[in-house]
Amino acid sequence: MTVALSGKDIAAQLEEKFPGSIEESTETSLVVKSDSLLEVAAYLKDTKSLAFDYFNYVTAVDYYSYFEVVYQLTSTKHNHSIIFKTRCYDRENPTVPSVIDLWQGADFQEREIYDLMGISFEGHPNLKRLFLWEGFQGHPLRKDYIQ
Amino acid sequence: MEVSSDREYIYTSSELDRQEGQLIEEVKAGARESIPDPDAWLDEEVKRSIMLSSLDAVLNWARRSSLWTAICFPACCAFEFIAAEGPRFDMSRFGMEILRASPRQADLMITAGTLTWKMAPVVRRIYNQMPEPKWVIAMGACAISGGIFRSSYNVVPGYNKIIPVDVYVPGCPPRPEALIYGVQTLQKKIAKEHPLPDPMQMLQRGKKE
Repeated sequence: MTVALSGKDIAAQLEEKFPGSIEESTETSLVVKSDSLLEVAAYLKDTKSLAFDYFNYVTAVDYYSYFEVVYQLTSTKHNHSIIFKTRCYDRENPTVPSVIDLWQGADFQEREIYDLMGISFEGHPNLKRLFLWEGFQGHPLRKDYIQ
Repeated sequence: MEVSSDREYIYTSSELDRQEGQLIEEVKAGARESIPDPDAWLDEEVKRSIMLSSLDAVLNWARRSSLWTAICFPACCAFEFIAAEGPRFDMSRFGMEILRASPRQADLMITAGTLTWKMAPVVRRIYNQMPEPKWVIAMGACAISGGIFRSSYNVVPGYNKIIPVDVYVPGCPPRPEALIYGVQTLQKKIAKEHPLPDPMQMLQRGKKE
């Protein structure tokens, strides 16, 4: 079975490599600052001992005071997985760097998050609504969305 | 929309998106009121209180005995419909098993599933492409009223906002028996229609002229 790596261990490793990039970490996950998300993600993918080559999903959560974008990665080589998150505190114009250059599978999922949650992904080549139509007002999965 | 000849595409994808969005907004704006169910046949029967002519009966028999269904299965009710088509429930016993991928060859639309606003223009288009005479069976809670998704931001609250519906089959999803009963009800309804003009009215019109 796939081993879920400890967020604390990975966070310590990342903190050594990229000082100040980790916001917090628990046994199950770690929170990366969105400024250093791309380099951390590239490190997770390219480091031989981690080799997270499979992108399970990206999703987003609305906590009122901030949005949290959640990524799960798996390594098909080592058969282990990790969950890492990033937060954006700007409610008016939340922006997170896109990981589409690292994992193609993020394409439609990032579009879905943009559509329903209104988080824009910087560097996404085709960031437009996926499920709802052009001209729809608002982002319905936000907690403060009123029809 | 103007298209210059040096463009690689006739429409760019963002233009297509905008057009699609516009179309959906138009359909949505025009769908505030439910379309009344076609019930002229009821009225007429009361008004004239005469029997059908024999040619009416023949036409109605021909129409109701081979209802060809257009494929419009946006969601899970489709599986009950497929079951009804299959060997166990065998709708073909009643002459209603044929499915048509082309709406131009169909005269019945069984709307098996939840309709989203994004899909609404497509369903209306399929309906418009079906030749007259045509009938619609709203199958399942979603097709009748939007069902549990009624208050959602992207679900049409009932097909009768988009197209006129003849028979409603409740259930979530309805069992194949219910669907078969619904089609039989529609057949009874068709049997009461008057495809030919009213002879009395024709006589009166002749007198006037």
